[in-house]
Amino acid sequence: MTPVAKSKPSLQVVGKSRKKVDGPALVTGRGQFTADLELRDLLHAKILSSPHAHARIRDIDSSQAMKLPGVHAVLTWKDLPRKAHTTAGQGAPEPSPYDSFLLDNKVRYVGDRVAVVAAESPDLALKALSLIEVDYEVLPPLFDPGEAMKPGAPVIHDEKEAHAVIPVPYDPNRNLAARASLLVGNVEKGLREADFIFDNIYETQYAAHTSIEPHVALSFLDEHDRLVIRTSTQVPFHVRRIVARILDIPVSRVRVIKPRIGGGFGGKQEVFLEGLCAALTLKTRRPVQIFFTREEEFVSSRTRHPQIIRLRSGVRKNGDITSLDLRVLMNTGAYGSHALTVLCNTGSKTLPLYHCPNVSFNGDTVYTNLPVGGAYRGYGATQGYVATGIQMDEMACAIGMDPVEFYRRNHIRAGETSPVFQALGEGKEGVEMIIGSCGLDECLDRGARAIGWKKKRGRPGKGPVKRGLGMVCLMQGSSIPEIDMGAASIKLNEDGSFNLLVGATDLGTGSDTVLGQIAAEVLAVPLDKIIVYSSDTDMTPFDVGAYASSTTYLSGMAVKKAAEKVKDQILEAAASLLGVSKEKLRLEKGHAVSGRRKASISRIAHYTLYEADQFQVMANASHISHKSPPPFSAHFAEVLVDTLTGKVQVSQYIAAVDCGTAVNPALAEGQTEGAVLNGISYALTEEYIFDSRGRMLNPNFNHYKIFCTRDLPDIKTILVPTHEPTGPYGAKSVSEISINGPIPAISNAICDAVGIRLRRTPFTPDRVLQALENKAL
Amino acid sequence: MELKLFVNDRQKVFTIDPGEHLLDVLRREGYNSVKEGCREGTCGACVVLLDGRPVNSCLVPAARCQGRNVTTAEGLGDPDHLHPLQEAFIESGAVQCGYCTPGMLLSSKALLDDNPDPTDGEIRQALDGNLCRCTGYVKILEAVKKAAEKMRENRK
Repeated sequence: MTPVAKSKPSLQVVGKSRKKVDGPALVTGRGQFTADLELRDLLHAKILSSPHAHARIRDIDSSQAMKLPGVHAVLTWKDLPRKAHTTAGQGAPEPSPYDSFLLDNKVRYVGDRVAVVAAESPDLALKALSLIEVDYEVLPPLFDPGEAMKPGAPVIHDEKEAHAVIPVPYDPNRNLAARASLLVGNVEKGLREADFIFDNIYETQYAAHTSIEPHVALSFLDEHDRLVIRTSTQVPFHVRRIVARILDIPVSRVRVIKPRIGGGFGGKQEVFLEGLCAALTLKTRRPVQIFFTREEEFVSSRTRHPQIIRLRSGVRKNGDITSLDLRVLMNTGAYGSHALTVLCNTGSKTLPLYHCPNVSFNGDTVYTNLPVGGAYRGYGATQGYVATGIQMDEMACAIGMDPVEFYRRNHIRAGETSPVFQALGEGKEGVEMIIGSCGLDECLDRGARAIGWKKKRGRPGKGPVKRGLGMVCLMQGSSIPEIDMGAASIKLNEDGSFNLLVGATDLGTGSDTVLGQIAAEVLAVPLDKIIVYSSDTDMTPFDVGAYASSTTYLSGMAVKKAAEKVKDQILEAAASLLGVSKEKLRLEKGHAVSGRRKASISRIAHYTLYEADQFQVMANASHISHKSPPPFSAHFAEVLVDTLTGKVQVSQYIAAVDCGTAVNPALAEGQTEGAVLNGISYALTEEYIFDSRGRMLNPNFNHYKIFCTRDLPDIKTILVPTHEPTGPYGAKSVSEISINGPIPAISNAICDAVGIRLRRTPFTPDRVLQALENKAL
Repeated sequence: MELKLFVNDRQKVFTIDPGEHLLDVLRREGYNSVKEGCREGTCGACVVLLDGRPVNSCLVPAARCQGRNVTTAEGLGDPDHLHPLQEAFIESGAVQCGYCTPGMLLSSKALLDDNPDPTDGEIRQALDGNLCRCTGYVKILEAVKKAAEKMRENRK
């Protein structure tokens, strides 16, 4: 007979929508962002950017600029160590190619950096830039990724230093920045076994992160002549490593501090300002700040890699998917930041979702003379779901099956695995994984019910404005298995409060709060007893940073482990204090308790610090993950398509999300709502418009439209709880997954409304009208 | 030149260049809640109230503010005495990174000062010049509604 399981003690702090620990500071304007520090003698830096898409710098003369009073330094490629590196803030050795220099004698896109000036004021720095004379040898540009690998194409990285630091395909002579592939089964055989075959091209566009705080870095020398870099980054420890290496100074001389960050979305997983800023500080011995303009944000920071995807698939009449053959051509622009790993994720974060015996993925990433791709929330999966998410709907429609039922039949479940997990990782082979938790069926049920799927699907209505419903299923990951590491340390203070120090990086996501909740839960204290301090390379333990949907899952587990060690020390001290055995003690509501005997944690703290056998109650812990448990989600969109104007309006959007245990449900909803609206905006309006010379024509919020309150549809988040056995209190990730849904869900809804398949984003009125005309012909 | 104005109900005298914008003057004088996001009047991160009306301080010449009243987020309330809007923003989860928050709060305050019981559409209209990339606005709209309710109750 199985013993009756003891009922699980209910959670006190985890699973509750606690207020953000930095909330009061942020609403009163006291939150300290990078540029909010007042420093005497601060210099302002400005960067001269290239007007040409592709040119060699024959000569550069900065003597006139240097003569301007108030200008303290002008740096060009001649003044800096020539260290090839990647700006991608990834673990070492990075999977992105080393193809970047602080400054170079070649420029590779309009907006590429040519020189940098530090002066007493931003205006003076701008004036100095206008005095720098550059003699360019203009080279033929390459804009079409389809032409990049053809013989005779301009070679963008012809410098001898460009190389890959891990053994991966990389051939700059052919503009090949990365290549990845996987094969399971036999896709041709799979196609032969199908009743219906699909073969279509899907195209996604350039997009900007548009965090409202631009990229900003500030550096200065402290009293020990150490270099302090305060920066708006998602990856402080990678900043330290990369800057030390490219400036040829020891890591021990660099301290990186991440203060409050005004949004990142992947854009701040890039290390492209800190090196220049620090070089200017070393040169002038003055504090220096670089604050990007909005135009620089669009043009000279990082973007979402555009992709051209060909997906061939086969399906049987009964709904079995027999073959999935995904081919990707990804444009990384002038530099190969995240060129390999974003590409890999286009396959590895989409294909395992579907039951299918024959799966193939082949992807190339190529250089062009256009803005640089980088990490962007969703990280390749967003692009991948444009193809798979629309083609699943095409399959379901072709066999006359409700897409909801089609997904129910075909999605991966708890206890199952996919050969894709092992075949394709991030830049190398992946890690075998059995799904430990999957709430997708419930997501499908509740999402369909919430939007009125059965009632409204397939009923476009009369009149020129047609209504349509579309849906899609999604997965992502939680951290990079066997690669990412997060660490935490916790120390007890005499009043029973705790300092929680984490390397993890809160960029506005609320991770300081979530991690504080996990510590508070273990230590049986309210959240306000946890003083959270994060992301300071001198003070906090290491963490790879905020990316790959890892913080709650991975760093959260490090916090839990550290808190459990601290708890053990507290109980040990309490045993001595109370004269009872440690095994009989437990922590409850701020006390160590055994029967009627109890001592408050503050009493125990006092005992350990002042009374007997004194010691500091303190512990640290690290965590790596052997798997990357996917969160799952089902998204449902209702759209109104105006057949006269081509305008698509999303009237309702439901995101049902399985993120395991939501440690803080309000914050998890906030992650979902933010990702969904970013995705809708990307689906309908956001795009880069280039002229024939590769110059972006719309680098501002007037002409690059992101959604505002008036555009907001009715968005509803449904959290579907599951328990992920490997996550802290059952948690998985939530931050990225929901940006993947809007494009396929909206495209499928448009098809339901007016019978056109849009496979190229964004779905602007002109494209909709064009497709309607083509259909009428 | 000398600029006299009232910031958060306190009289201040600042020395400014005639061409300076209000954003730069306020930040230099320590009102760090006023954020720079675009310098083009398109994002709303630098919104302050000028005589009670929301303006993008990056576009307002400081010299034109002579003798006028400026309200920044610092003037709304401090951590011990939060304004109902500030409280509601925290409670509703309307703050993520917090960079757009001061501007959002001030645009919301201007709305509620004028219209204590706004409709959903009126809130959306009042905030449409304040961009946020983190929240998807859902919880911000909730917070404004919640604050409006509370402020109406307080008036009773």
